Amino acid sequence: MEIGPGQFFLAQLDDVARWAQSSSVWPLTMGLACCAIEMMSVTAPEYDIARLGSEVFRASPRQADLMIVSGRVAQKMGPIVKRLYDQMADPKWVISMGACASSGGIFDNYAIIQGVDTIIPVDVYVPGCPPTPDGLLHAVNLIQKQIREGGRGGILARA
Amino acid sequence: MSVGTVSSMPLEPQGSQVLAQDGNAMVLSMGPQHPSTHGVLQIMLEIEGESVVKAEPEIGYLHTGIEKSAENLFWTQAQTVIERMDYLAPESNSLCYALAVEKLLGITDRIPERAQQIRVIVAELTRIASHCVWLGTHGIDLGALSIFFYCFDLRENILDVQEAAGGARMHPNYVRIGGLQADLPDGHVERLDALLKKFPTRMRELRAILQKNPIWQDRTIDVGTVTPEQAVAWGLTGPALRASGIAYDVRKAFPYSGYENYKFDVPTRTEGDAYARFVVRLDEMEQSMRIVQQARDAMKAGPITIDDAKIAPPPKEAIALSMEALIHHFKVVSEGIRVPPGDVYQAIESPRGELGYYVVSDGNNKPFRVRTRPPSLYNLQALKGIAPGNLIADLVVMIGSLDPVFGEVDR
Ligand code: SF4
Repeated sequence: MEIGPGQFFLAQLDDVARWAQSSSVWPLTMGLACCAIEMMSVTAPEYDIARLGSEVFRASPRQADLMIVSGRVAQKMGPIVKRLYDQMADPKWVISMGACASSGGIFDNYAIIQGVDTIIPVDVYVPGCPPTPDGLLHAVNLIQKQIREGGRGGILARA
Repeated sequence: MSVGTVSSMPLEPQGSQVLAQDGNAMVLSMGPQHPSTHGVLQIMLEIEGESVVKAEPEIGYLHTGIEKSAENLFWTQAQTVIERMDYLAPESNSLCYALAVEKLLGITDRIPERAQQIRVIVAELTRIASHCVWLGTHGIDLGALSIFFYCFDLRENILDVQEAAGGARMHPNYVRIGGLQADLPDGHVERLDALLKKFPTRMRELRAILQKNPIWQDRTIDVGTVTPEQAVAWGLTGPALRASGIAYDVRKAFPYSGYENYKFDVPTRTEGDAYARFVVRLDEMEQSMRIVQQARDAMKAGPITIDDAKIAPPPKEAIALSMEALIHHFKVVSEGIRVPPGDVYQAIESPRGELGYYVVSDGNNKPFRVRTRPPSLYNLQALKGIAPGNLIADLVVMIGSLDPVFGEVDR
């Protein structure tokens, strides 16, 4: 469709905002364990998360929209993950990547928090140990879908 | 969804008591969430302006209790958790553990030759893949972004080969006690050949981007110098030791899996700085490919697991035909294997240095104790010695050049 002179589009501001938001979900640079290596592969040429607009990994939680909990969360790391989540600005989303982050995985012991959802709310769980990069891409797609359909993350989602 | 709190642990960084504040010095906590600490390392820094007065690494943010978990699993199952220690080189962990248990079982000489050769191929490919991740992330730390894409592309090529063999990109649990999980699939040799053919070009690219690059040299030469005496005193191994001029390589000193049959050099440098460690690792990647080539040429058809149904379950074809084989399979899977009492230390050369397992058995079907000697932990110690007097920006170079993996440091 071509737009000629004098013609214009009508859209709801909400839709435009959601479209923009869903195409620029910036993850937080937070690598925990093995899964973090696969999270890095996702930014590499073969998988190229830049196609989804999410290649901008931010080192500061203040600038990030998405937390990818990539790996096992040790008891000692738990408070820090929680603090990072609290520091992220709303709206925010969380992907729990891998068996460990989702449920403790094969480490059913004293050292690992049995599922990161006991400390922060999770939007999408990715199965696998580690999940394939395709799995993580799919999870980002699901987050985008959530945003486009009007789902909001963080406090807003629970309000 | 409910949002709870994590036990009663203090939110303050736990290393903050380590350093007292005095005079002009400022205490800064770097990590555990920091893009350049290669994982969850926290360093409590005492700084004056931009320069580091004292650096106190604080570890344990990834403590997984792997050694304890291993004690509650069968000998064969324990390999699964152990493989997840050094996640850049999962196969090194499982190889070293398998070798240790085999030593305890007294079957080291009975492992079929083909299995040993495939183990060597898998281990060396892992070393290259691991160095790829190291170089890519080290590059990013120093602001050289493009090297990351080249490195990860090469890593993908290697992982494709590894995945074809073991069935998973990471943690395939391919090396098993007594041999391998399965033989190589059809067409694997061709896959290897394609990789071997492509490799020299890829290596030339990697070298072309950084080795002569004046910015890279400026950032890494004379940064984080470790003298040979310090390297030995701190127990460094692997490329970090060899960059200081000491040619210690477990593959040469205490050969395992038939490494004595392959021709390869142990690259060393004498400078002991970050640049030397960088060059040593690049040279190592080439030597690894040399070993892969030799192992590939030497490979002949044959069995891939030990012929002892008490240790390795019989092949699937046999299970379908023989009642006895079926029973053995059932026993090994449901009851695990039994290892005679005793203790043993086995070391291999992992991409980061001497990886060792000290395994104790009390004659049961579960290990009594599996103690790890993680090379990263010892290498990381050097940081405290080399950091003072340098800029914070150089600290990032030092961490990167020591190549710690926290799965292994914290276990
Ligand atoms: S899910 Fe598997 S790969 Fe991911 S952190 Fe846990 S053990 Fe490692």
